[in-house]
Amino acid sequence: MQTTATEAGTPEAAICARNITRDFEAGQTTIRVLHGIDTEIRSGEMTYVVGESGSGKTTLISIMCGILWPTEGEVKVFGTDIYKLSDTELVKFRLQNIGFIFQQYNLIPSIDVAANAAVPLIAQGMPREEARERAKVLLDKLNIGNQADKLPRQLSGGQQQRVAIARALVHEPRLVVCDEPTAALDASSGRRVMDLLREVAVAPDRACIIVTHDNRIFDLADRIIVLEDGRITHDGKEMPDDH
Amino acid sequence: MLTGDAQKFYGLLFGIGFSTLLITQQMTIFVNLVERGASGVYNAPEAEVWVMDPVSRTTDVSYAMPGTALDRVRSVPGVEWAVPHLRAQANVRTKDGDLEGVAVIGVDDATLIGMPQRMATGDKSVLYAPDSVVIDDVGTTRLFSNGASAIGERLELNDQRAVIRGIADSIPSFTSTVVLYTRYSSALNFVPGTRNRLSFVLVGVSDGQTAQEVAARIEAETGLKAETREEFSQAGVDFIIENTGIPTNFGITVFLGFVVGIAIVGLTFSLFLRDNIKQFGALKAIGVTNAKIVQMVGAQAGMVGTIGYALGVIGTVAFIKGFSANPFFKGFYIPWQIPLISLLAVVIILAITGLIAIRSVLKTEPASVFR
Ligand SMILES: Nc1ncnc2c1ncn2[C@@H]1O[C@H](COP(=O)(O)OP(=O)(O)OP(=O)(O)O)[C@@H](O)[C@H]1O
Ligand SMILES: [Mg+2]
Repeated sequence: MQTTATEAGTPEAAICARNITRDFEAGQTTIRVLHGIDTEIRSGEMTYVVGESGSGKTTLISIMCGILWPTEGEVKVFGTDIYKLSDTELVKFRLQNIGFIFQQYNLIPSIDVAANAAVPLIAQGMPREEARERAKVLLDKLNIGNQADKLPRQLSGGQQQRVAIARALVHEPRLVVCDEPTAALDASSGRRVMDLLREVAVAPDRACIIVTHDNRIFDLADRIIVLEDGRITHDGKEMPDDH
Repeated sequence: MLTGDAQKFYGLLFGIGFSTLLITQQMTIFVNLVERGASGVYNAPEAEVWVMDPVSRTTDVSYAMPGTALDRVRSVPGVEWAVPHLRAQANVRTKDGDLEGVAVIGVDDATLIGMPQRMATGDKSVLYAPDSVVIDDVGTTRLFSNGASAIGERLELNDQRAVIRGIADSIPSFTSTVVLYTRYSSALNFVPGTRNRLSFVLVGVSDGQTAQEVAARIEAETGLKAETREEFSQAGVDFIIENTGIPTNFGITVFLGFVVGIAIVGLTFSLFLRDNIKQFGALKAIGVTNAKIVQMVGAQAGMVGTIGYALGVIGTVAFIKGFSANPFFKGFYIPWQIPLISLLAVVIILAITGLIAIRSVLKTEPASVFR
């Protein structure tokens, strides 16, 4: 990744989504949740996906990061048409290229913070100790280096989410995907987590997509995509006035 | 992962430990108990071949032969020595006036062949004294439960006087009946009865002959039944297996141990995996393969299984050791096959429950983690 958005001046598409639709079977009927989404996500930016509950935000980013098959359409992530990969190739692709942050942190309760943050590296085959050391550097950056040997449940929600951030970034993925990262946190720790995330996650050669309801953190976005009933109704630097 | 959830960890440990204990302990008791059917053979270690009436089945189920059988056996080539052996039932009246059924065993007057190998108290030669009997050690606890010494005690044995002069260290019979050893000639006095009172002829074989060959020759030449030590002890074991409800009873308990293991372990396993389904989903989204997850869960199950199994086996050993002073458990040992069988049971329990439980994890869509 020599050519980056900022250096080149022309933003490069990290994700290129073409005509994405997604249907869900609900009993006898089929519900179309996404209606032909066309968009590109650029590296070097923090892109927010916002919208009412049920508008299809989670569905959209799940498809963009290779964990949910679209009914129709094509998703290229860094040039790779991910749904043309085999199952095992796709799993490997995610492990190499994508970092995940979940609403409920989803840390492994029985292993300590450093080990949790090191999971992607260990899964990639790095020796445990080396992986832990790498994870600790990142935990330090996130101001929880002194918690490295604790179990997740001994940490506050905000601290746990910072561990999750470390886990999402430790293997230096080119794409970071977060679904409602602050939903389980109170306002001030949510804000602090997002400030930190912006600080450590945003890089010229990395794209960052965040799904959120939380309008207190909209100011951190480089770009905001608004979804309504499975269609993009706004795409810009600021929120539209009617929201 | 499992170790992070103390409750379920101990639940699994308990399930596996309990199953192992139940299976190992019940099978151990079963094997030892059933082997007591051969105690009569084990307690007469010098006899290499047992000769008996063709209808006799075990040391305790025998039909007497005419006294001439002894000479006929002695004349068979390959018989180094042959001695008479009497086994009969009698009643004793104890000092307290209780009546107790006993087994009277008459051993060879001259050589005392037919006695157990070791004595707990006294010497075998005490039997040469008149009216003398040697009691077995478990019998002592039965006849003299208050802990008083049995030596020198008088018994009324079918209205005859008998004096206990020694205690034999012997393997208890299946029914733990009190056993009194005495010389063949005095046994005939103690046990009045019909003309034929020769239960067995015990035979030693000459050098260069096998017990099998000699037994076959005895059968051919005398028309009596002759069995080697091994055959006759097996016959005793088989008799217990065929004629008691023991195999069924123990079989049911062992089976229950297995089922309870499956139930506890299966339930705990499923609960554990269900509680952590989001975490597994997260791992799958991140890019951890199903194979890695199976490996992870397998390693944990293996660890819990090993600890639980070890606890169960240790528990059984402690149980057997703890009760070794109890006459019922005298000489109990754990045959090496039994821990192997319970290990197999544990592996099967973990494999079945693990496979069922992990299916839900493998089926989990990584996308579910965002929901
Ligand atoms: N697996 C599924 N099966 C059936 N319907 C689904 C499934 N996943 C999502 N849906 C439906 O698709 C629609 C969009 O869901 P999605 O989770 O993408 O919305 P969202 O914008 O993320 O909402 P929220 O803000 O509440 O998280 C909803 O109506 C939901 O019920
Ligand atoms: Mg959602």
